[in-house]
Order: sequence, then structure tokens, then C-alpha cells
Amino acid sequence: MTPLARRALLFAPFAVAAAGGVAFYGMLQGMRTGEYNPRGVPSALIGQHAPDFTLPPLEGAELPALTSADLRNLPGPVLVNFWASWCVPCIIEHPQLMQLSREGVPVFGIAYKDKPADSLKFLRDRGNPFRRLSKDEPGRVAIDWGVYGVPETYLLDKQGIIRWRFAGPVTADVVEHDIRPLLRRWA
Amino acid sequence: MRPTGRAAPTKPSLACGGVPLLPPPHAGEGRGGGTTARLRRGLIALLLALFLPLHALAVSNPADMLPDPAQEERARNLGRDIRCMVCQNQSIEDSEAPLARDLRLIVRERITAGDSDAEVKDFLHTRYGDYVLLKPPFSWSTAVLWATPVVALLLGGSLILGLRRRNAQAIAPPPLTEEERRRLSALGVTPDGETRQDGTRA
Repeated sequence: MTPLARRALLFAPFAVAAAGGVAFYGMLQGMRTGEYNPRGVPSALIGQHAPDFTLPPLEGAELPALTSADLRNLPGPVLVNFWASWCVPCIIEHPQLMQLSREGVPVFGIAYKDKPADSLKFLRDRGNPFRRLSKDEPGRVAIDWGVYGVPETYLLDKQGIIRWRFAGPVTADVVEHDIRPLLRRWA
Repeated sequence: MRPTGRAAPTKPSLACGGVPLLPPPHAGEGRGGGTTARLRRGLIALLLALFLPLHALAVSNPADMLPDPAQEERARNLGRDIRCMVCQNQSIEDSEAPLARDLRLIVRERITAGDSDAEVKDFLHTRYGDYVLLKPPFSWSTAVLWATPVVALLLGGSLILGLRRRNAQAIAPPPLTEEERRRLSALGVTPDGETRQDGTRA
């Protein structure tokens, strides 16, 4: 072995450690901006129609209920948001949903395992971004969608095919980097 | 301020664990026994506690159990292969998360409805994907996962073999000097440097 190769070999563990450090830094950076979620799991429903479901409306909200029939033959892409009043990240993402709704993006909501009175109070206090709203108190429809926590947001195209799922609060970054390009792509 | 975490589907607590604390080792102990004896008994109890199979402490509300013990057994075995999506490193049988309980109930419902084990797993697999199965199926997307141990073994093995072969034919020792030759023959070893296997002198 030439002395050069020997020296290179000596530095190899440091190089591996440095590469690991860079990758770890990238991961932390991604977690900070919300682009990388270490607990994120790809949805099994991407490329499929939303599962069949009927759910009651949230009484008092004066909004039509959301059922799977409402997710076929749409004028454009829509967002379906699973949320709950007891969910803190739902408060974080709420302004972004309000903004999208103001811009005319159809945002449909499903209140997950929430007391109707609490859901109502949440919307009265913070504003209602939803065009349609159902409640899923037993949480069974959410399981059919593959929901494993709230908030969870799905983007469906015109045909009602699920194109994207985001588990976690929809931050401003997520709106800019994911939702807006997707809305353009599936318009 | 952009937290990436989110709420697990639970109201008051985010608890995933669910392993109840053991009673203190001295609980119920009488007056007898000095401090050392008590300490020793406590330590033994603690040591024994380490050997308790953890899944025996798995969470299961008796009210959720199936009346038929054979079906309940099947449900438990199935549940141990299903990942709790909230805790992610526990099976639904071991997790206290509300979603895990919902999934335990679904497993039991499907079993009562007459589903086979494969059908129950398929029901959850279509909703949650490969990730819900603690033992992922072999497919193109999981091929790397399954192949990694084999590849690592082959790489490590060939590295070791290669290094050993190189060491075997390692650097040839420099030829002996005249002085060394003379000393060797004085000791009765063949002057070309060969040592005898049996250790006898020439």
C-alpha cells in the first residue's frame, strides 16, 4: 500500500462521519422548515379514489356535509383536511387554510373524534375555512383514509383521485412548496 | 416557529408506552429483615422484573376482548404484527394510543365477521400501506430493505477475505545478512531461513 493510499484510508472514517453529519444537519434543517417529517409515512391511497363514505354534517355549522359523492367530477383540485379542536398543530395550520379558502381553493373538512360543540367553538373563534364539513366522531372513516393523526391534509384532483397527503400542520412553507405547485399541476 | 409535530389522536395524553410500573419491591413486606436483607430482596425482585416478558403487560381492555378464546388468541397474534402508526415502534397490541385501540377493535371485528388472517392484514394494508405491517412484504419497493443484510454480509465477508489474503502474501522479509546466516547455522537452523515445522533442530 502506498503511503498516499494509507493516509486516504486513515481519513476514510472521518469522511464517513462528516458525510453523516452533513446528512443529519440537512434532516434537522428540513424538520425546522416542515419539509421533512421523520414520522411521515407515505399514504397507501395515492393514485386512488377517496374511499366511499357518508358522514353527518356538523350541526350548527350551517355547512353542507362532505361525503365521497362530493369528491367526484369536481371543477378543480380540492383539499380535504382532517382536524380537531383538541389538536394544537391544527391551530398552527388554521391561518393557512383560511388564506387558501379566501383565494377560492375548495377546502373540505372532517372533524376527527371531536365533540361537536368544541368543533363549533373552534370555528366560531378562529373562522371557518371549510366549504363542506362533516364530523367523524368514531374515527372510522379516517381509518379508511389511512389517517393516523391530526391534522392530515389530502389533495384530490378533478376526478377525485388522491394525489398528495400531508401529515402535520400545513405551514406557509408547505403551502408554497407543495400545495400551490400541486394546485397548478392538477388544475 | 414551525413545529413539525402534530397531535396524536388522543385527548389528554400522548402516552404511547403503556407498561405499568411494578409495585415497589418492598411493598407488603413485614417488619422482619435488616436493611441488607431487604436491599438484597429488593434487588432480586428488580432483577427478576427484568426477565418478565414485556408483551405479557400489553394493554388490553378486557371489555374489548372476544368471548371466544381461540379468536382472541388469533386477534392478539395478528395484532402483534400490526404497527401502531402513532407510536411507530410498537405493535397495536402493545400500544395505548387510541388509534391502536381502534385498530385492535377492527381486527376483532374482521375476525368475528369470518375474515382469514391474510384478509385482516390486507384490510389494514390497503389503508395504511406496507408501513402498518411490522414485517414488511417483499416487493420492489422493499427489496433494498430486505437485501441490505445480505449485501452487508457479502461486502464485509469479501473485505475480510481480501485483507486476509493480502496479509498472507504480505511483504516479503528482507534477505538475511551474512551475520544473521552465521548465527542461524550456529543455532542449527538451515541457513536459507526455513524453520522446521516440528521444531527439531537440524
